This record gives sequence, structure tokens and C-alpha cells, in this order.
Amino acid sequence: MSPHQFDIQLVAIIVAASCSIPGAFLVLRRMSMMTDAISHSILLGIILAFFLVKDLSSPILIIGAAASGVLAISLIEAVNRSRLVKKDASIGIVFPFLFSVAVILLSKYARNVHIDTHSVLLGEIAFAPFDRFILSGMDMGPKSAYVMGSILLLNLFFISFFYKELKVSTFDESFASSIGFRPRLIHYLLMAVVSFTCVGAFDAVGSILVIALIVIPPCCAYLLTDSLSRMIFLSVVFGISAAISGFWVANWLDVNIAGSMAFVCGVFFLVVFLLAPERGLFGIMREKRRQRMDFAEASLLVSLYNQEKGEAVKNHPDSRGMFQSTDFASKVVGFLKGKGEIAVTGGGLFLTEKGRERARMTLEGR
Amino acid sequence: MLEFAVELFSDYTARTILLGAASLGVVSGVVGSYAVLRKQSLVGDVMSHAALPGIVLAFMIVGVKEQLPIFIGAALSAVLAVFVINLVTRNSRVKTDSAMGIALSVFFGLGLVLLTYVQRMPDANQAGLDKFLFGQAEALVEKDVLIIGLTGFFALLVVGLFWKEFKLLCFDPDFGGTMGFSMKSLDILVTAVIVSAIVIGLQTVGVVLMSSMLIAPAVAARQWTGTMGSMVILAAIIAAVSGVTGVALSAGFENVPTGPAVIVCVSVIAFFSVLFSPNGFFTLKLKDARSRREIKKDYVLKALHDLALEHDDPGYAHSERLLALGSEKGFSVKKSLWALRTAGYVESVGEDNWRLTQSGIREVKKLSPLEKDL
Repeated sequence: MSPHQFDIQLVAIIVAASCSIPGAFLVLRRMSMMTDAISHSILLGIILAFFLVKDLSSPILIIGAAASGVLAISLIEAVNRSRLVKKDASIGIVFPFLFSVAVILLSKYARNVHIDTHSVLLGEIAFAPFDRFILSGMDMGPKSAYVMGSILLLNLFFISFFYKELKVSTFDESFASSIGFRPRLIHYLLMAVVSFTCVGAFDAVGSILVIALIVIPPCCAYLLTDSLSRMIFLSVVFGISAAISGFWVANWLDVNIAGSMAFVCGVFFLVVFLLAPERGLFGIMREKRRQRMDFAEASLLVSLYNQEKGEAVKNHPDSRGMFQSTDFASKVVGFLKGKGEIAVTGGGLFLTEKGRERARMTLEGR
Repeated sequence: MLEFAVELFSDYTARTILLGAASLGVVSGVVGSYAVLRKQSLVGDVMSHAALPGIVLAFMIVGVKEQLPIFIGAALSAVLAVFVINLVTRNSRVKTDSAMGIALSVFFGLGLVLLTYVQRMPDANQAGLDKFLFGQAEALVEKDVLIIGLTGFFALLVVGLFWKEFKLLCFDPDFGGTMGFSMKSLDILVTAVIVSAIVIGLQTVGVVLMSSMLIAPAVAARQWTGTMGSMVILAAIIAAVSGVTGVALSAGFENVPTGPAVIVCVSVIAFFSVLFSPNGFFTLKLKDARSRREIKKDYVLKALHDLALEHDDPGYAHSERLLALGSEKGFSVKKSLWALRTAGYVESVGEDNWRLTQSGIREVKKLSPLEKDL
């Protein structure tokens, strides 16, 4: 690994970690698509601030960008509150507008500047190591690592300081306001934090793929745990792993790093979605199959039990007829025989003592 | 500006491009209305972003920048994204918004990966493939416009044929289901129509902003009308006008990409409509203020009448402060008094005392006929 590659990965890891943290709350608050709005809208802030200070590395740019993110959110909420436009459409008309204005300004007036429409979409993490932070002649590493590192610290500070407030207002907003927290304030603080994060990540991964880093790692974590703190921790782990493996995939195929990180995030999600122990697709299917079998077995046993007691419907001498197919019926019979709960003699089904016991328990609802 | 317009419309190439933009506008206006009414605006956003990998893959397979394969590729990957969203939301506890975020970013990421992969190929043919990001209408040729027109025509034909059914799907799918229509097939059909609109917008507006071309005209049109038919027609007109204006602006000024130019036009119309249509934000605010003033005036008139009754003297004058006392805190009666004086219902006596005139007494009688006579 060359020092250059090390630097890129360092920046990628910090970006991924800082995106995952607020992302967990966005996913839980069902506001994932707000990221879309914020990450597009910050471009306008960056450009307007740039026209103002004429310096791409000025911190004013970050503040301007974050402000425009929060502004976009307030605008969306204002449009939505007027009840003239539905929520989804309010998001859908506000950010493309701000983004379009930004792209036009960018291509018209900022042609020769470091930012262009391409890097807006693709990010330029590959160039991150070239911009060094030099302190009294000493090379202290890539500058973006410091910028992003401060944003990571801000995020960590935010969630540790407001953990309780965030948790309560995420899961039960009315309860939060009844015990004196201010969910609206928390909401806007979270939006500000997301804006800052998007601004930082914007340089590295561009305005669209930042959504991948904010939304996907928490979604993976969401399918694996029920605890908020564990979810945040797992999101960070997923985010960092996606950043590193995305980098190496991009390196291997010689393609865009940000796109590759987003794609790897998607692969991670696919794996978790399919294989998560309880909530994965396979897990759910296995559980459904198990419940179906369980129910079928119990139904057959109860039916046989009722026949023994003479309460069965007379025209169903063989309980196998209750199943939709003979295949399924013989499967159920096979399982029950295997468990020693029924016996098959001369084509007829009979309960064993064990089977009778289970039928009785089922009937009693145990 | 006029010369520019004349030049634009007399030039053959320019006419072709403008025709393309206008037909794109008509189709996306009509089709977008369904996306907005079904609260699926953001699905449109996901679909247009998700078209990117399909475009690049189609190019990789076919090897030339041919329209039809690219259309098909874009449509397939957009539909696949919708399928992914449905699969994820139905089979896990991940909510729709997150599923949309996942589909959008992963597909777009894959698209960028493929795009950068293709761009490394020595073949010069792929140049201009990234025009699909922000669109470039100048690149439209007659054949493209023909394909846009045909695709759009079929999309509109479907909308026309299933007008009633789509209406049911938008407003009362449960009822539609009980009527015996298959809402699931209709849902698929609407999605297909939306996808075809997105596909034909890719060259002009680009994948990044195409969703707005669907949403904004419909939002704008919705502000002016309450019926489906006029909304669809109005949205088509708004989108076509913005399409043509945006393309003209982008051609007329240097370095203005077409997609953003079109989107700025259509968004401005949408915001204007939200603010100033007859039911718009400001119009409602104005109406509110006017009726509040009316109520206040009536209140003051009644109060003067009541006070006069107390004193058993129609000509008894009262100070403004006294009138304000009987009302809510911070309720200024001065403006109401002035307005009433202009109307001739009250007159001022001395410094700041006010009393009803004869026509004021008649007005109170008109407002509340059961009031005791003075």
C-alpha cells in the first residue's frame, strides 16, 4: 500500500464513519430521502459562499453550505405545511431547483475553478491526498482528513451530548415534548449536523453518493439489532468496511472510487438483507416455513385426536384430506412419524401417546 | 432577443431540438401528474437516477451510442430499481424512504462505476455518454426526436385508453379493486408509462434532474385546477413551455447545461403557482387578512351600538381606548374605525371620540336583525 493509497483510505474511513452516525437517526426517523435534498442543496451554498470569499478552502464555504442545507429543509417543510403540496412532491420540487441553479452558476461562472459539474457528482477522493496540511514546514497529512475529522468529532459530540433527547424524540415525539425535550429543535440540530456531514463528504464522494454512505450502513445495522447504540456502532463498522473494500474494488477495476463505495454498500445490504439471522429474507422464509409446518402438524394431530374421541366430521375419515396437496400431506405425516407422534398402520393414521399429548396441549392453547 | 427567437425557429436543427423538448414536456407533464397524485414523486427521482447503469450497460453491449438500446437499457434498470424497492420494503422492516435511498444511490453508484470503466476504453465512441447526466439538447437529431415522439405517443395512448382506470388508481384504489379492475396490473402500467417518460427525457434533461420534470409541472398545474383532465392538460402545457424555454436559454447562453436550465424554468412556474394561484399561499394569506379585517370592523360597529344602547343615546360618543378595552389584548381598533368612517358608518367627535351615524345604525341592523332598536 502506497502512502497515497493510505491517505485516500484514511479520508474514506473518516467520511464513512461520520456519515453513518447521523444516518442511523435519519433511517429511524424515516427521513432518508431528506439526505437527497440536503446533499443536492448544499452545492448552492458552496458556490454562493465561494463567489463571496473567492477561496475554495475557506471555512465560510462549509458554513454557507450547511446553512443552505438547513434552508432547503425549512423550505421543504414550509411548502409542505402550506398543505398545497404533498410531502414527497415538496422534496421533489425544492432540491432539484436549488441544485439546478447551482449547476448553472457552476458551469457558467466557475469554469476554471477546482469544482466542476463532474466532481459534484463523482467526488474526488482520489485527489484528497494532494492537498496537504502543512504546519510550520511539517507535512501533517491530507487536509481533508482534518476537515472531515472535525466533522466526525462534531457528530460524535452531538450524539453523545443529545443521545437521550435524540432517542426519545426519534421513537416517541409527543412523549419527548411532554417531558420537556424540544423535538423540533432536536430535528433542526440533526438537520444541521447532516448538512455539515454532507458538506464534508461532498468533496470526497460527490452529492449523490453521499446518500449511500448515510443511508445504507444504518439500514444494514437496522436489520441486525434492536438496540440503538448497537445500531450506531454497527453502522459505523459497516460504513468503514464499505469504504475500505470500495476503495480496493475501485483500485482493482480502475474505476470511480465513490461509485464503487456506493456499490459495495449495496452489496453489503444485499448480504444482510438475505442472511440476517432473524430479519433476513432467508431467515424470514425459514421461519414462515417452520410456522406453516408447525401449524400443519398441530392441525393433523388435533384432527386425529378429535376422531379418536368421536367428534370428527364423518366424511373425513382420513385427516390427510385437509391439506391442499397430497405431497404436502405426506410431508407432514413423514415429519410427525419421524417425531414419533403418529403411527401409520395399514394406510391409516393413529396417534401415539406422545402425539396425543401434543394435541391436548395444542387444544389447551399451551 | 426577438431576433434570436426568429433565428431559433427558422433554423432547421433548432426546430428539431425545440420540437423534441416540447414533446418531452407534453409527455412528462401528463405522466408526471400520476406520479404526483399517487404520492410517488420520489420514486420518479429514484427511477431517473437508476437509469444510468442501464444506459452505460446498453452502450457496453451494443458498442455504439444508438438510441433504442439505450432507451431499453435505461427503462430496464429503472424498473429493476422499483422492483428492488418493493422487494426490500415487503420483506424487511426497512421503510420505503430508506429503500428508495438505497436503490437510488446503489444504482447511481454502479452507473458511475460503469461510466468511468467505459471512459477508459480506447474507443472514442463513448464520448458524450456523460451528457446523460445533465442532458444536452443540442445533441438531438431528427431521428432522436422521432423516437422521443413515438415513445411519447405510446405513453399518451396508454394514458388515454386507461384514463378512467388510472383515475381510480390515483384516488381510490380500494374501490377500483372492488369494481373488478386489477390494481396491480394498473400499477405496473402506470410505472411503465412513467419509466417511458423518464427515458425520453434522458438526452434533454439528464438522469439527475429528470424527476423534477415530472414533478414540478404537475405540482404547478395542481394549484390552478381541481379536475384531473385540466390538471393533465395544464401540466403538459407548463412542461412543454418550460422545456422549450429551457432549451432556448441553454442554446442562447454559453455554458448553460440544458437540464438545469429547463428545471429552473419549470420550478419557477411551480413556485409561482404555489404562492400566487387562487388557492395559493399568498392568496390565502391575503384572503385571511381581508376577512379578519371585516370581522374586526363588524365587531367595532357592534360594540359602538352596544355602548350606545347602554346609554340609551344613539349619539353617545366613546373613546377609542374604551372600544379597545372590550376586545382582545393587542387588538387595534384604530384602523377599523378609520375604515368605518370612510364607509360613513361612524363619525369622530372631538379629540378621539367616536359615534355611530344613521347609516351605521342601519348597517348594524342589517348585520344582526335581532338587535334591539336604538
